[in-house]
Amino acid sequence: MKTDQQIAPPDSSPGADLEFDVEKIREDFPILKQKIYGKPLVYLDNAATTQKPQVVMDTIHHYYVTDNANIHRGVHCLSQRATEAYEQARVKVQRFIHAAESREIIFVRSATEAINLVAQTYGRKQVQAGDEVIVSAMEHHSNIVPWQMLCEEKGATLRVIPMNDEGELLLDEYEKLLNPRTRLVAVVHISNALGTINPIQEIIERAHQQDIPVLVDGAQAAPHFEVDVQALDCDFYAVTGHKLYGPTGVGILYGKADLLDSMPPFQGGGEMIRSVTFEKTTYNVLPHKFEAGTPNIVGGIGLGAAVDYVSEVGWKNIAAQERELLLYATQQLSALSGLRIIGTAKEKASILSFVIEGVHAHDVGTILDQEGIAVRTGHHCAQPVMDRFQIPATARASFAFYNTREEIDVLVKGIQRVIEVFK
Amino acid sequence: MSDEVSHLNDLYEEVILDHCKNPRNFKALPEANRKAEGYNPLCGDKVTVYLKLEDEVVQDISFEGIGCAISTAAASLMTETLKGKNLTEVETLFQGFHDLVTGKGGETSQMGKLMVFHGVSEFPVRVKCATLVWHTLQAALQQTQEPATTE
Repeated sequence: MKTDQQIAPPDSSPGADLEFDVEKIREDFPILKQKIYGKPLVYLDNAATTQKPQVVMDTIHHYYVTDNANIHRGVHCLSQRATEAYEQARVKVQRFIHAAESREIIFVRSATEAINLVAQTYGRKQVQAGDEVIVSAMEHHSNIVPWQMLCEEKGATLRVIPMNDEGELLLDEYEKLLNPRTRLVAVVHISNALGTINPIQEIIERAHQQDIPVLVDGAQAAPHFEVDVQALDCDFYAVTGHKLYGPTGVGILYGKADLLDSMPPFQGGGEMIRSVTFEKTTYNVLPHKFEAGTPNIVGGIGLGAAVDYVSEVGWKNIAAQERELLLYATQQLSALSGLRIIGTAKEKASILSFVIEGVHAHDVGTILDQEGIAVRTGHHCAQPVMDRFQIPATARASFAFYNTREEIDVLVKGIQRVIEVFK
Repeated sequence: MSDEVSHLNDLYEEVILDHCKNPRNFKALPEANRKAEGYNPLCGDKVTVYLKLEDEVVQDISFEGIGCAISTAAASLMTETLKGKNLTEVETLFQGFHDLVTGKGGETSQMGKLMVFHGVSEFPVRVKCATLVWHTLQAALQQTQEPATTE
């Protein structure tokens, strides 16, 4: 197979800065230095979660050592410092995804919670019996189940954009699904199971031509290239922190301010109110209306440090390094007989799903683990994708900019060992 | 030979690989009077166990499904082992198998070929692969309507 023609770079900008030195970058990630069963760790499970740079861990440590207090409440010094750090993090994320205003950034627990928030507020208000919600055939369960629950509750219908054998959405079929009963389109930016980068701008434009809002699940996209929510003109964009070199337990929902304003609150509690009596509660302004209770303060601050770090590494460098890793890995793996890559879209991020003839993905995972290689195996929380390709599971290697060609060589040797065991 | 290589060989014993590639009793059983489905949500393994039980004796047993080498071999060897066994023997073997793959030791003299699964105890995340079919068998014996799961 001609791999080099199958993968178009997501970004046509010229190569990396000469200063990009992967060995130097790896110094920022102390976890990568360890050995697993006596062999150097080869961490290729970045689509599940990325490792954390030292600066993120230092930021978290520093917060607890010097600034820890509850936010938006106390008049004391620590509370002011904590509030300031948290709100600064919000601004950092706002700039990172190019939102117009920081009040459009809602801190949540995860991308999953961001999607559930929209389903439970916007969705419950807007979607009625007989209405339709569109998702795609390559969604993660987190962008299927919340809509299914909503549709079930309301008597609405979930419609699905199909895909081809390469793992690309069929836009003509999508066009046919859009109709006056469509209340929302919810589509993934990059498929976690296939690596496909969807033509999200076009998907948004077509929906907007019929005044239908679009939610983009950006959990996999935000770590790989610069997301500009204003340029995309998406209505909602969900991001998780831990796939973006930040801590677990924090994510963000971006929403256009006028939409967020028009939505009912998500959870009730402290922080989200303006005034409470037993007769009537009035709600706080954005973003606080959607942030009931004490949030994951240190998570937000850690995420702020993470997006600063990513910006410092630079999108050009990240794109160049990850593109090279994807191309090299695709070439090397394609050369192995009995191995089939699942997801061969023209536009792909550095995610490589594969199956080996006669070997279940779980066995692949166990044998690779013994070689110190961490990959994900299973259905990747995308069972409909597995069903579409009529496979029970895949093994998935997903690369970050701190990965190297040498690590891909180790992966290839590991896969050869798998084939040897099962020959 | 390094430790990890020997662990791996313990897990993927020849007998296990053989039963994975050529599973025995891998078919539906039209005359079955008990049947249950098992599912491992972690890896998507699915198995159906068919059982013909008469006078508390396993007259015939078979399975269908998709799974990893460990779960397929476990199902194949279980069906081979249990044919002709009575319910008390089945229960003893279930307990013995469970103890074996979880590294609890216990009585192994009755285990026969099932001893090839001793290596599984070195791989805690794979224990459920080995036990799924046995849990499914339990469900078939109890005629539970809900699919068995490893959770």
